[in-house]
Amino acid sequence: MSETADRVKKIVVEHLGVEADKVTEDASFIDDLGADSLDIVELVMAFEEEFGVEIPDDAAEKISTVKDAITYIDEHKG
Amino acid sequence: MRRVVVTGLGLVTPLGADVETVWANLIAGKSGAGPITRFDASDQKCRIACEVKPAGHDYGFDASKRVDHKIQRQVDPFIVYGIDAASQALEDAGLTEMSEAERFRAGASIGSGIGGLPGIASESLVCENKGPSRVSPHFVHGRLINLITGQVTIKYGLMGPNHAVVTACSTGAHSIGDAARMIAMDDADVMLAGGAEGAICPLGIAGFAQARALSTNFNDTPERASRPYDRDRDGFVMGEGAGVVVLEEYERAKARGAKIYAEVIGYGLSGDAYHVTAPHPEGSGAYRSMEMALRKSGLSLADIDYINAHGTSTPLGDELELGAVRRLFGDDIGGLSMSSTKSAIGHLLGGAGAVESIFCILALRDQIVPPTLNLDNPSESCTGVDLVPHTAKKRQVRAVLNNSFGFGGTNASLVMTSI
Repeated sequence: MSETADRVKKIVVEHLGVEADKVTEDASFIDDLGADSLDIVELVMAFEEEFGVEIPDDAAEKISTVKDAITYIDEHKG
Repeated sequence: MRRVVVTGLGLVTPLGADVETVWANLIAGKSGAGPITRFDASDQKCRIACEVKPAGHDYGFDASKRVDHKIQRQVDPFIVYGIDAASQALEDAGLTEMSEAERFRAGASIGSGIGGLPGIASESLVCENKGPSRVSPHFVHGRLINLITGQVTIKYGLMGPNHAVVTACSTGAHSIGDAARMIAMDDADVMLAGGAEGAICPLGIAGFAQARALSTNFNDTPERASRPYDRDRDGFVMGEGAGVVVLEEYERAKARGAKIYAEVIGYGLSGDAYHVTAPHPEGSGAYRSMEMALRKSGLSLADIDYINAHGTSTPLGDELELGAVRRLFGDDIGGLSMSSTKSAIGHLLGGAGAVESIFCILALRDQIVPPTLNLDNPSESCTGVDLVPHTAKKRQVRAVLNNSFGFGGTNASLVMTSI
């Protein structure tokens, strides 16, 4: 597992209060992890803070699984 | 009019996070006051408060018992306290699993005086220092006063009246009175009613201290600071927590064999129309509020055995309330006991009227009245009134009166009795 994945999963566990083993890369924030649209806004803000990346709204709207988030961050972090 | 009874109770206070623990500590004469631990208060005029104790303390509050982890992160403390107390009350009433038809007729009226001040203060710094794009998407609904009602009705699927009172320190009493009327008027069969507060933060303490409302002479002896009716009182001690009751239409409660704690038989409301913070100099609003509640109850003055006073421990307020009680009750004042439990748990502001109504209900149940702590040297005006100094008192308690008065000149009184 990549370092990005570890840090993303930690943030998801902390924000959504879910068990760590449920946060698989294929897990959907809304369907599998109980998030609502505002939780995703908050998660995206936490990713921005953690990785020093900017995730614009149109990109954020396309992030629906844990893997989507990891991929976006790996592609954009400095 | 339909009759309204209390069938469930829930408390989160500085003396415990469940009804029986709080009551036992209160009757034992314990104080919930201490130095402020929530933040560094060393530069404040008032450095003491009655804080809800953390999980792990003998009578601490464990938020994770009844409040979802995600919600705990998103909302201010007053909402967490309110959700927990409301959940306790529904569990106590045995009403956590109602049918859809019942839930259409069940609602909530749980308010707060101030709401999410700690979160507003901290998020305003985020906006200022990090910019608007860092403000939490949960900022607004995590601070709004009606969001205890919002959260609780979502948690339990209650689809009846969805309401929240905001009348400063009268909130809790108004919430119960208003919700009781909703049931009496056939708007609902079951209502969660009460109030909560969680405003112990730098801005909250500083604001009340600057308004000269808080005690500042007892920073080194916090448990002695809240001393209603005592000669040396110098302001209130801020408390926090929540009190919520389940109100239920009497025939329904009886038919399902519910445990019935008390009946709400009188509710009075009035305004001072005088000053934003100072009470009316003749206690006119307090008098009329009590008089209306008693008139509605159909009881005579001599039937009231216990008054849970507003009694915040401010020099002016305590005196004026006592004067109003004296004028209303006349000679009958000799037969009743009146205490201020704010001496033990501090002033829960929007939660006070609900928490203190629960104390009144427990006084009815156990035939014992809680004490006024620190009443070492009663003011001269106290002569001839049993203010229950220092220790709880076993006595007959047939009917109770609860008073709550708030900034803005708002007053509420409730009369309750056993069935």
